[in-house]
Amino acid sequence: MSRRRRTATSPPWPVAVPAFLALAFLALPVVGLLIRTPWAHLLEILTSKTSLDALRLSLETSAAATIIAFLIGVPLAWVLARSEFVGRRFARALVTVPLVLPPVVGGIALLLAFGRRGFVGQYLDSCCGITLPFTTPGVVVAETFVAMPFLIITVEGALRGLDSKLEDAAATLGAGRWLIFRRVTLPLIAPSLIAGAVLTFARALGEFGATITFAGNLPGVTQTLPLAVYVGLEGDLDQAIALSLILLLVSIAVLVGLRDRWLRTGSAS
Amino acid sequence: MTNVTGIEASFGIDQGEFNLELDLQVAPGEVVAVLGPNGAGKSTLLRALVGLTPIDRGSIRIDGVIVDDPAADVLVEPAKRRIGVVFQEYRLFPHLTVADNVAFGLRSAGASKHVARSASQEWIERLDLAALSSRKPGELSGGQAQRVALARALATNPRALLLDEPLSALDIATRQDVRTQLTHHLREFIGPTVLVTHDPLDALVLADRVVVLEGGRVTQEGTTHEVAQRPSTPYVASVMGLNLLRGKALAGLVQLEDGGELQAPDASMSGPVLVAVRPTAISLHQHRPEGSARNVWQGLVSTIQPVGDRVRVSVSGAPSVVVDVTRNAVSELGLAVGHAVWLSTKATELEVYPG
Repeated sequence: MSRRRRTATSPPWPVAVPAFLALAFLALPVVGLLIRTPWAHLLEILTSKTSLDALRLSLETSAAATIIAFLIGVPLAWVLARSEFVGRRFARALVTVPLVLPPVVGGIALLLAFGRRGFVGQYLDSCCGITLPFTTPGVVVAETFVAMPFLIITVEGALRGLDSKLEDAAATLGAGRWLIFRRVTLPLIAPSLIAGAVLTFARALGEFGATITFAGNLPGVTQTLPLAVYVGLEGDLDQAIALSLILLLVSIAVLVGLRDRWLRTGSAS
Repeated sequence: MTNVTGIEASFGIDQGEFNLELDLQVAPGEVVAVLGPNGAGKSTLLRALVGLTPIDRGSIRIDGVIVDDPAADVLVEPAKRRIGVVFQEYRLFPHLTVADNVAFGLRSAGASKHVARSASQEWIERLDLAALSSRKPGELSGGQAQRVALARALATNPRALLLDEPLSALDIATRQDVRTQLTHHLREFIGPTVLVTHDPLDALVLADRVVVLEGGRVTQEGTTHEVAQRPSTPYVASVMGLNLLRGKALAGLVQLEDGGELQAPDASMSGPVLVAVRPTAISLHQHRPEGSARNVWQGLVSTIQPVGDRVRVSVSGAPSVVVDVTRNAVSELGLAVGHAVWLSTKATELEVYPG
């Protein structure tokens, strides 16, 4: 008899069948995209002005959003992980709000705060002549709002998991707190910084709802890749598919780049 | 006294149920070992000296400068105390090379990369690390890592040196070598050195003086020789591998608290005393021994345990003691648990002192 012996790890069919369905459900749309990709005209479509503008704008704004998130998000992560202050729990909860908030609601909230009539935006307008809505900086603001929590949460987790023994050792060697942060803490959490930055960049690149609400959809100014895909659906489907392919490739690159880091943040080595 | 130097610490720390009360003076050039079991307060003491745990009362002075005094509201942060620390497990920075680890303290003090490098080069050479200077800590053996940790601490030109279980991370085979090297390096340091350890051998080999810490209190203090020869608590006696018996001396005879009596080497002693006997100074016999040994008594073998090439035999009797014998002796005497044996030791083998 060549019947294979069953082991404890082979799933019973009530588990195996839905599991297979779930996998197929996740894979089929990707397959659909690949099947319908206009491979023959791909280069031509991607080098059109609309595509190039959207691609350039997306890369620039996502990079800017990542840098801003880095400059203000990492310090916030440190404060959340290491400082004791009243309202820390509230602050931590606040950081996670953009993760669960529908992005379009985020966009409206941004308009109400930073719009020309917004309670902050009106002063930006009257004192400094800064207008954010429907501008490229507005795109960056929308993307930062939605994507920064990824960096903060990743880095905060890493800082909490970091053993303070090395920082104590640095202190006995005469290093002040800023120097310890710069020369010991940051290098030790470097893997998490990279992981957080990549996730932030990927989230910013895919941002749609908050961007279209807060910054609009002006080609060359605020029309990022996801917006161009959306516009393409109405007119030029091939272009929508080609640009979607670009976004898919970026997502895969992020996955490959991070591998299992996202799940093992905080380990220093 | 105005220009006192070294470490003068006299303080108390409360941590919930546990509290540490300690009086510790270490002169420049002196190496003091703080010896104690786990949970005795050794780590707390170290953290207090370094400045990682503030004290609750008393004060700590280093080179005459108060670094912690709650009554005077003084607390100098660790970075400003200039105390070199060799931590347990060494705590080298894993992302920096050996050279950058050693230069870290100088860089922290504001030296340029170039100046820090050349100044730390001296310590790299002194501790025989030149060949390793571009390696990362992950690529070092335990003994090498310890030398890097020592070089890193000494390169800052510290006012005092603290070592926390400096040999416990090493395997037994390299420990002896590293201990010998460490003795040499500690002799060269001109400031006060405090060595925290649970290993009596570290204390005996590396230190000039031993402070025994048990349950947050100093239970004995003295030169290594005194502590090794004349332990004052069962803990010290057991880590030193000695039998410690308590009794009352009268005209050269010691009546032991737990039963039995022993002839002391010196008839002048009287009053409460401690008697220390090395396990190798007691002989076992099948029959009552004839001969010059003054102290002879009987007991029952309770455990037999090989230790290296010898065998440690516990005998319960009046008094109960542990005896070290050779493996041959075990078979010649036909020793087995529960057997009756005769014990003997010469009066001159006993260390009798007021206790």
